[in-house]
Amino acid sequence: MGENYEVIGKSVPRIDGVAKATGRAKYTGDLKFPNMLVGKILHSPHAHARILNIDTSEAEKLPGVKAVITHRDVPSTKYGLSPARWDETIFCIDKVRFVGDKVAAVAAVDEETAYKALKLIKVDYEVLPAVFDPYEALKEGAPQIFEEYPGNINTEIHQHFGDVDKAFAEAYHVRRDFFSGQRTYHSPLEPHVSIAFWEGPKVTVYSSNQSVHYLQYHLARVFGMPMGNVRVLKTHVGGGFGGKLDPTGLDFAAVKLSQITGRPVKMLYDRKEMFYNNRGRHAQYMELTTGVTKEGKILGVHANFVMDGGAYTGLGVASAYYAGALLTVLYDFDNYKFDMIRAVTNLPGCGAQRGHGQPQPRFAFESHLDHIAEDLGIDPLEIRIINARKPKTVTINDFKVDSYALKEALEKAREISGWREKKGKLPPGRGIGVGNGGFVSGAGYPCYRTDLPQAVAIIKVHDDGSMATLYTGAVEIGQGSDTVLLQMAAEAMGYPLEKMRIVAGDTDLATHDFGAYASRQTLMSGWAVKKAGEEVKNKILQTAAEMMLVVPEQLDVKQGVVFLKAHPEESLTFEEVARTYFVKYGQLIGQGSYKPPKLGGTFKGAAVGTSPAYSAATQVAEVEIDEETGEIKVIEAWDVHDCGMVINPALLHGQVHGAFYMGMGESIWEEVLFDEKGDVANGNLAEYRMPTALDMPPVTSELVDSIDPNAPWGVKEVGEGATTPTMACLANAIYDAMGVRIESLPLTYEKVWRALKEKREKEKA
Amino acid sequence: MKKKIRLIVNGEEKVLTIDVQQTLLEVLREDLGLTGTKKGCNQGECGACTVLLEGKPVSSCSLLAVKADGKAVTTIEGLAKGGQLHPIQQAFNEKGAIQCGFCSPGMILVTKSLLEQNPNPTTAEIKEAIAGNICRCTGYVQIIEAIRSLVP
Ligand code: FES
Ligand code: FES
Repeated sequence: MGENYEVIGKSVPRIDGVAKATGRAKYTGDLKFPNMLVGKILHSPHAHARILNIDTSEAEKLPGVKAVITHRDVPSTKYGLSPARWDETIFCIDKVRFVGDKVAAVAAVDEETAYKALKLIKVDYEVLPAVFDPYEALKEGAPQIFEEYPGNINTEIHQHFGDVDKAFAEAYHVRRDFFSGQRTYHSPLEPHVSIAFWEGPKVTVYSSNQSVHYLQYHLARVFGMPMGNVRVLKTHVGGGFGGKLDPTGLDFAAVKLSQITGRPVKMLYDRKEMFYNNRGRHAQYMELTTGVTKEGKILGVHANFVMDGGAYTGLGVASAYYAGALLTVLYDFDNYKFDMIRAVTNLPGCGAQRGHGQPQPRFAFESHLDHIAEDLGIDPLEIRIINARKPKTVTINDFKVDSYALKEALEKAREISGWREKKGKLPPGRGIGVGNGGFVSGAGYPCYRTDLPQAVAIIKVHDDGSMATLYTGAVEIGQGSDTVLLQMAAEAMGYPLEKMRIVAGDTDLATHDFGAYASRQTLMSGWAVKKAGEEVKNKILQTAAEMMLVVPEQLDVKQGVVFLKAHPEESLTFEEVARTYFVKYGQLIGQGSYKPPKLGGTFKGAAVGTSPAYSAATQVAEVEIDEETGEIKVIEAWDVHDCGMVINPALLHGQVHGAFYMGMGESIWEEVLFDEKGDVANGNLAEYRMPTALDMPPVTSELVDSIDPNAPWGVKEVGEGATTPTMACLANAIYDAMGVRIESLPLTYEKVWRALKEKREKEKA
Repeated sequence: MKKKIRLIVNGEEKVLTIDVQQTLLEVLREDLGLTGTKKGCNQGECGACTVLLEGKPVSSCSLLAVKADGKAVTTIEGLAKGGQLHPIQQAFNEKGAIQCGFCSPGMILVTKSLLEQNPNPTTAEIKEAIAGNICRCTGYVQIIEAIRSLVP
């Protein structure tokens, strides 16, 4: 793989590595502008209350306060992902719906004054009964949170493909299990920051976000401005994981406050506010019923889910669809039913987190599958091989899957983990488990309804050919997209990577792109970059042919040297050809644009889960359980990924490590807790327990050969797919070690301890 | 209340008049413009704000600047000399130990202190040393590899 390539397929250091290692890299919070004010948001202290009156007069009088705004000062335009569920406004108008909801904002000369001003805003509330549990919210007589969602039903999905009842009737064995997940948060190390300032009719917003385009679209729509008058850009971003995609109160408030004051306004969330605003992972409640043959072949699956959406929808409607849509991809079966209710509750809204709606359903399904394997007396890894999807197939819900090497991944994981020697043979207290996962390589359709292309890229070669700049709207948030896209550009142009620069994630200076979500950039932004690079290459070959008096087909260009294929010693430098082009024709520019073909079926919700290409991953992990305390130690883990052609192996393995790390955190320790008032009880980085270096086992990350025909050079995703197998992989390892099945996430020490106690008592009886 | 303090920051003497409430993190970032030191939580829980005080790692968000009066502070900006990366910075960059980079300044400084005290740490000692610094991106795997590559 990659042996004929000059730049891609190589672990070059990231292009922003030196800036980040030296502290020179500027993040949004590091920026300062002359005359800049500090803004803060007033959050609701109640989970559910009517706003009777807001009095800002005292706050306005405080010296140093430059503006105080409430819903009266901003448009009441509702926003969200899809028009049917635009349910959020910049500030609450008549009701607050969770502790932390946005009520007002201030701009002041410094942070201290801003905080003081918040305390002086008087809000009269009529406190309403609140509901914090989705099942309670769905009961008759529960407090109604939104008029537009009767019965607190935000999204209801019923999809049926084939005939599940018939499949169950014909099955040798039918099994039903119930699992639940918990609410978690991305908790990127950099909290969200936004800075806005105006010049005439135009506003500029620096925001540490994942999609400059999506934020620009929302700001323009809500404030009723042409998109061209809203410039959104980012500097370095300190991690996102899905939490920096939904537009957030900071961005809207900063825009308005800077308009009123005529000064730049900087706003940032503290850690607790991150938990209020960052749209973490939904807690899902998952009933699964599966029918299989005697040999373990899956005949039909019924997924019957409920999810807690929290107070607003945002991206959450997509999470609901993703939860069921992608269950059909890994294993091939012909009958499938998916029922889902996304309920609203008086807790912070939930949205997209690494793997979107999918990791918890994968936890459920992969745990369920281990039970089925045990019922049938089949090895858990074997039952996965039996059912693994084959390449060039179409799922029952109309996803076209071209390359797919899940079977190979399973076989390789079996080898490198020593599965055969370990499964059922480890000493007491030790166990090994397997889980599968994968993801889309970009969503088949844009995040809001539009006919815009997914990605556009421009490459401009400098006048004398000594440098080239790639312009892209792709957003580097730490995953390495700037480096990978430059490698792609250099490869396509036949130019050295060292001479390339990038301008990315800026709606004015760079190009259109939907940004960093759904693991889309390597494939989708990559397509646009490849095409732009090829256009430059064609122009270079054309010009060189004119200079060398040959036809372009006789020439090639690699690493900045244009040469005759038959006599490579006859060559010109890229630079002299580029300069000649410039003199003759003007600026040497290549442009590329990418829009996937029409994908998926025609049923309601058919778009969610479509993608040009699907990754697959197998994880195996070994754990050790302390029988006395229930303590779980992850001893070692192996990940084998089918992620197509790899552009930068070091960056890719880094994604796998990070994805396993996050999945492991969510498996064992991470959970957002709420007090009886509905306020986040552990909204800090000590009590929201993310794993440290001491918790992290050695991880072996391996690949299987696979090239996807729908992708530039055959690439696929890796960053999210590798989070999806982890939870079940660890639950299955715990089961192998101790014979206890923990059906609810997180798989805490206490739950293991209790389950062991129960088991002992049962055995005694 | 204001107070005059003297800090030796990356080898340079700085005399500053500051508010006694200010943390060392605020003084470094706001008064001295050394934004390489990051604020991840401002509660002493993440390690992003780690600097070396007399060579020992401290969370600068949880230390009042007046407490550092007269002392030597090393920030990430003080490591590279004459355009040459410090070997730890180089290892982090080359071994893939950096993703979003927000934890990197703190991680690199903790590593510096570790290797000064114990030039030959085991993997367990490395993990112990960086356990107070959260990295949300890398799973620590390549960070640990980078540090190990510096051990003879
Ligand atoms: S910012 Fe100081 S420990 Fe997090
Ligand atoms: S690289 Fe992002 S937090 Fe460590």
